[in-house]
Amino acid sequence: MPDDLLLETVALRKQFGGLVAVDDIDFIIPRRSIVSLIGPNGAGKTTFFNMITGVYKPTSGRVIFDGEDIGGKPPHAATQRGIGRTFQNIRLFEQMTALENVLVGMHSRLKSRIITSIIRTPGVRREEARARERGRELLAYCGLEGRDEQYARNLAYGDQRRLEVARALATQPKLLLLDEPTAGMNPQETSDFIGFIFKVREEEKLTILLIEHDVRLVMGVSDRVTVLDYGAKISEGKPQEVQRDPRVIEAYLGTAAVS
Amino acid sequence: MARRQEGGRVYRSFWRLVEKLGVKDARARWERRPELVQRAVPPLVIAAVVIIAVWLVFGLAPDPAAMVMLAVVYALYLMPRRWRRYALPATLLMFAVIYPFLIQQVDYERFLFKLPLFNAFPQMTTMVLMVIFAMMAVALNMVVGYAGLLDLGYVAFYALGAYTGAWLASGQASQYGINFDLGGIGVPPGIGGIHISIWIVLLAAAIVTAVGGVLIGLPTLRLRGDYLAIVTLGFGEIVAELAKAGDKDTLGFNLTNGVPGINPVDPPGFGAWIAHHLGLPANYLTEAGVYLNFTTLIYWSGIVLLLITVFCSIRLRDSRLGRAWIAIREDEVAAAAMGIPLMRTKTWAYASGAFFGGIAGAWFASYLQAVFPENFSFTISITILTMVILGGMGNVWGVIAGGLMLSYLNFEGLNQVSTWLNGGHFPVKYVLSCNPTSQDITKVVSAGCVNAPVVSTGIYGLILVLVMLFRPGGLFPEQRRRYEFETGVHDEPLMDVTHSPAG
Repeated sequence: MPDDLLLETVALRKQFGGLVAVDDIDFIIPRRSIVSLIGPNGAGKTTFFNMITGVYKPTSGRVIFDGEDIGGKPPHAATQRGIGRTFQNIRLFEQMTALENVLVGMHSRLKSRIITSIIRTPGVRREEARARERGRELLAYCGLEGRDEQYARNLAYGDQRRLEVARALATQPKLLLLDEPTAGMNPQETSDFIGFIFKVREEEKLTILLIEHDVRLVMGVSDRVTVLDYGAKISEGKPQEVQRDPRVIEAYLGTAAVS
Repeated sequence: MARRQEGGRVYRSFWRLVEKLGVKDARARWERRPELVQRAVPPLVIAAVVIIAVWLVFGLAPDPAAMVMLAVVYALYLMPRRWRRYALPATLLMFAVIYPFLIQQVDYERFLFKLPLFNAFPQMTTMVLMVIFAMMAVALNMVVGYAGLLDLGYVAFYALGAYTGAWLASGQASQYGINFDLGGIGVPPGIGGIHISIWIVLLAAAIVTAVGGVLIGLPTLRLRGDYLAIVTLGFGEIVAELAKAGDKDTLGFNLTNGVPGINPVDPPGFGAWIAHHLGLPANYLTEAGVYLNFTTLIYWSGIVLLLITVFCSIRLRDSRLGRAWIAIREDEVAAAAMGIPLMRTKTWAYASGAFFGGIAGAWFASYLQAVFPENFSFTISITILTMVILGGMGNVWGVIAGGLMLSYLNFEGLNQVSTWLNGGHFPVKYVLSCNPTSQDITKVVSAGCVNAPVVSTGIYGLILVLVMLFRPGGLFPEQRRRYEFETGVHDEPLMDVTHSPAG
């Protein structure tokens, strides 16, 4: 695998009984790029996503992340190796404060064990203090300054989205997966959010995989676009190329639109 | 601070009253005084008024010991904010520690006043059990309250701890030719078997039980919600049945000595060497002072064990592991996506809960100086779970309160209620006229007498239903859950129209 690829899937397949949700997909994400995965509802985007993050075990095929096959490994293993994610329908820990949410994100980067936590050794104290400080910085960075002690459920919708990103960044990802991050946002919020994502990518040196069904948004931000339909990859390439691909137009608008 | 400036309703009406009485600008002048004065004076005035009123109306002179205690509380109250939050726990702890002396005073009713309902404060033997059960409630809270894993078979850990404790401090092992003594206390001559100092036994039982927790956890924790509850219930029953049937005839190996149980088990104590050098009691059983007797020593040691459990529980809650537990309780999928290994983290919750359950079990065995299988029935699991829910899942202090309350009712309170009702108090004497000689103690009401313990389970059920109706988070809900129970998350409109920028 070439060094400039962060993630590569080889003939990745997922079957639920007789239904082929994802059909032998080859897919690459170059380092430091923004790659988008689009497709109509039910195209298998989320299933594909769930196999990368370890929620589903692939029926066959491989997921190679940073040179290591992580297919079929549990979600926390993917996170530990550097895949951070957000959820389509926000899944924050609602009864925890914003800061606690971020601290949970740091879980796999902290080292305190059960005994040292009870004794609260100087090492644990230092680590906790540093983690809290970093958590506050991250919240401020994501535009949530002063919201540290607010419970996640009390945050406004847009702030909850931001907190999800902050929490994902806390896992110190190399690859950030965003599952329909602008769902439910108005155009102004959406463009703010996209600006924010660009900033994060530049400053944190991240690679981003974006799942969307808002085609216009995707075309504007992506380096590469992959289109899924009925579990199969129907098109791939630069946004402009994909946009002109008749199969894509057909998938979105029906056969009549092509002829 | 904001509250003081605006003032509560009582505060405002007090000053309105004063100003009506003709004192001009009383409130403004008062609020110009130093903050310490503002905080220090009102409690003194209120306390003085109450004490004098009680003295005049009821003829109860203030007890010197009570005054000393109040003074300590007051001193803690005056401390800087950092220390002030310890005022209530410190007071309760102090009260708990001197309780054996209070209750043994001839006129303790003058000091403690009479509880109007139950007519008495718990006996020391009840207090010992209350502390043990509070400890188990705190331990179960780590599993149910923090990690959100419903465990209906917690008695398994209690039993495992008790039997491990019994094996390591009784003649049980002698039948297999194992004889070993390491600081054993009160060992009858010629009995053989393993006899290890109770303090080592507690640790050993805790570790064995924690390992048991891991073993039970590995197959069960893959399940979620209701499925997990059912399987844990099964494991609880397995252990209870094993305790009953674990003799040579049934099992081919005398594990639990079957229905008669393991008897006797060594009592707690520190042994002669420590007794000589540090002055701690060598053997709790042989201490026969008026105050320093067996029960008191067991009680105090139990409080120490409870404090250790609470300490560990709080430290764990505020650690990386505790955050992971709460995250799993909130949303398993999101927790896993944040890098939390689900199985390992849940198993740690099980092991921690089991660890302290094991200590409680071994301590119980040592207190009873025996282990009987009937002490580990399914109802124990449910009772401890009820304590956790009643007190407030996730909140250690609430859970302790729930544990104390429910075990008091269980071991003494319901009996007291019956006695009180049957004593012919107004207006009960006109409804029932108890004739104790012809009372049938298997019935709730017979010959005009009430016997509440017969329907204890029903009463706990009723309490639980009432608590769930009026305080769904328990009597003392966990801070982070309080909001949800007060407003109800689903009361908000479905459409996202009311969202205003927070802050």
